[in-house]
Amino acid sequence: MENEPMSIEVARVSKKFGAFPALDDVSLKLETGELVALLGPSGSGKTTLLRLIGGLEQQESGRIFFDGADAANISIRERQAGFVFQHYALFRHMSVLKNVAFGLSVRPRAKRPPRAEIERRARELLKLVQLEGVERRLPAQLSGGQRQRVALARALAIEPRVLLLDEPFGALDAKVRKELRRWLRKLHDTLRITTVFVTHDQEEALEIADRVVVMNQGRIEQIGAPREVYDHPASAFVCRFIGNVNEVGAAFIRPHDVEITSRRNGAPSLDAVVEFVNTAGAVAKMDLRLEGSGELLEAELPRSREAELALKPGDRAFVKFRDVRTFPS
Amino acid sequence: MAARLQFCGVLLPALGLLGFSLWLLTDRAGWRAVANYRRLFVDGWFVTVELSVCALFLSTFIGLLLTLLRRAPILPLRYAARIYVEAVRGTPLLVQILCLYYGIFHQLGIENRYVSGVLILSGFSGAYISEVIRGGLESIGKSQLESAKAIGLTRAQTYRFVIFPQAIRQILPPLAGQFADLIKNSSLLSVIALNELTQNAQIVGENTYSKLESYVPLAFGYLLLTLPISLWTQRLEQRHKFET
Repeated sequence: MENEPMSIEVARVSKKFGAFPALDDVSLKLETGELVALLGPSGSGKTTLLRLIGGLEQQESGRIFFDGADAANISIRERQAGFVFQHYALFRHMSVLKNVAFGLSVRPRAKRPPRAEIERRARELLKLVQLEGVERRLPAQLSGGQRQRVALARALAIEPRVLLLDEPFGALDAKVRKELRRWLRKLHDTLRITTVFVTHDQEEALEIADRVVVMNQGRIEQIGAPREVYDHPASAFVCRFIGNVNEVGAAFIRPHDVEITSRRNGAPSLDAVVEFVNTAGAVAKMDLRLEGSGELLEAELPRSREAELALKPGDRAFVKFRDVRTFPS
Repeated sequence: MAARLQFCGVLLPALGLLGFSLWLLTDRAGWRAVANYRRLFVDGWFVTVELSVCALFLSTFIGLLLTLLRRAPILPLRYAARIYVEAVRGTPLLVQILCLYYGIFHQLGIENRYVSGVLILSGFSGAYISEVIRGGLESIGKSQLESAKAIGLTRAQTYRFVIFPQAIRQILPPLAGQFADLIKNSSLLSVIALNELTQNAQIVGENTYSKLESYVPLAFGYLLLTLPISLWTQRLEQRHKFET
């Protein structure tokens, strides 16, 4: 690739849709070659932020810099951002090969590679996204996963300096989604293009991103490595949004931090009654009702431990928490 | 093949029945009288074809123009186009012909019936065609435009390579239907004594006192024009089906 990937800086950007504040004073720095996930519920502003970076929307205030240059002065064409949309948005009337080659073939003559070169590059990209042999097909003749890979090849064809993916796997079924997820991670490791992808699926974000940006109501709640946001959530929102969590009073406890015994063993513990046991899966899941407060507690424990305890719904149990988090309200 | 046989199995008895009832309801003398005027039918048919072809081009142009106006960045233009389309679609063509021809064109000194007829018919059809085009354009999702933008297409390139080729597939079948309607609607121009097919058939009917014998050829004259369009439309629609 002749174009170096770039760094992006978002500085105090705000954007409203009517009276609705989609983004509220957001700042963020993306390092060169990084794979960053914008994670949040719908309406959190993650897609708006992505579209602002890509130039598909204009912010009301604040600035965005590409390698230090103000993006306001850079047209969409010059940004060289590869965009991938949730619903593929392939050109329905063009073959797969043509879709991929199109961005290059409509360039002004001075910047356009010769035809044979364009075709060679398009084929190379289709090979990269593992879609050899379907060059002549129309998008309608492909599966969802294949279409999304064509969309990615099309985005890569213009030699983007940044890749922007808007819920790229959102419309695919769980199995394909997982496959593509791993594949995107690998692809990024080879290409090292600065990549931003939007998702509401925390598992997806934690699995493939170098850094996760957790968003809520138009603001950034936390930025950090996957492990960091999982283990050290900065707010109650992040704690709730990433992974399962129990709330007992003001305390937040992950299900795997709930320790269960069937006998009181001297250490301080809470009394509870087992309501439900599910052992179908890698770990056993147990629902317990706390006595006194009546709060429901979800616990996850190794299946071997569950077998040892041999608790049934209705049985009495005693719980302790390995790790408890609280957040100032 | 079986479907085609079944189709003929229905069509042939129907044609037979039609022929038989015509034989009962009409008489040889009537047909002979009407046959003397065959020149009028042929002339009328060609006038209808001429009117239709002229109106076809003009109405397509008006339809495109209205579509552009309805997407114009200037709000009053959009409103004007909108009002025009609603007014035309909300009133009967016959009323429009009467109002425009006797009411307005006469005042303006436009006496030529052909010109008036083509103008009125085109104005009417153009409103419908603009709706057809609008539907076709709107069927192209916003994400298509955005991906065109994202891979660096200019506005003109986006229209040429992305919007137009996709919209045309959506537009063609209903547009062909509009053209068939246009041909049939041209018969209403007989009220301004324009000597097209319907008007001439009426003249023959009155001169020979053989109404049915005059109007049956009239019906066939229109079918001769609309059937090919209808068959073409069906083929277009079928081809479109494979793509979605």
